[in-house]
Amino acid sequence: MWSLFHKLGSPPWLYAISGAILRWLLPITLIALAVGLVWGLLFTPADFRQGNSYRIIYIHVPAAVVALAGYYIMAVAGAVNLIWRMKMADVAMKAAAPIGAAFTFLALFTGAVWGKPTWGAWWVWDARVTSMLILLFLYLGVMALYEAFDNKEAAGKACAVLSLVGMVNIPIIYKSVDWWYSLHQPASIKLTGESTIDSSMLYPLLLMIMVFYALFTCCLLLNMRAELLQRESRTQWVKRLAAEEGVV
Amino acid sequence: MMYFDSFHAVMTMEGHGVYVWTAYMVAIGVIAIVLIAPTRRRKRILQQLAGELRRAQHASGSSAVKGR
Repeated sequence: MWSLFHKLGSPPWLYAISGAILRWLLPITLIALAVGLVWGLLFTPADFRQGNSYRIIYIHVPAAVVALAGYYIMAVAGAVNLIWRMKMADVAMKAAAPIGAAFTFLALFTGAVWGKPTWGAWWVWDARVTSMLILLFLYLGVMALYEAFDNKEAAGKACAVLSLVGMVNIPIIYKSVDWWYSLHQPASIKLTGESTIDSSMLYPLLLMIMVFYALFTCCLLLNMRAELLQRESRTQWVKRLAAEEGVV
Repeated sequence: MMYFDSFHAVMTMEGHGVYVWTAYMVAIGVIAIVLIAPTRRRKRILQQLAGELRRAQHASGSSAVKGR
């Protein structure tokens, strides 16, 4: 256990292991993504009330799920950095922010495109939608705050505090459809009790949620690898790597 | 079984085609960006470093290679 902890703090080890993971995870993820997209677009039945517009669910829900999960990862990494001063946790936190922002944007955008034919409006100041917009601003805030500091150690701490304070927003997003009268429908997939979605629609949705988790993992590792090289650019192992791979 | 019976039906989706296709295209675009951007950044850093190392080697000539 401790040896793993020790290894996780070693940049060359992290760089090598993430490269090995990406070599098989990335191709599998892309194939599964293609399968999921075609399945959701062409092979699932239309919704009896919403018609074909509901097909957006196969992007909207996975993007939103991963946008929230990404925030946990960012905040937990920030906390680990604050408490144990683990440099790699800081790398993970910085790497998670832009991906989380991208997926939150995607959830909001697909929500707007879905809202137009379903609710009759691109945008409503509904509790769920507004709290997701706040999530986007939190991600962008962390990214901007990081760049605002010259001292990267101070930047990491400030961003960790901001992301931890922003955790308040997460249960609000989850519960927004129950606490407030909302246009947004409540969750259709339930861990306990019967899901209110037919299996012909549920399976492709579950596949897409898994694909988006895998995509997030891939992007996180890719971002961390770039960040590691940047931070370690004065060390021998990075110089050796540059001499081997950096030749055009 | 495919739900639609013609290419035209796939494109229009009974009036919802514009919305559905827009959402899917933007999703593919966003996913492409978040995958490609860090890959290019990593390559750029390595190339930049390789260039610096080469210049350092040239500058120092036959003497010992300086760090940078």
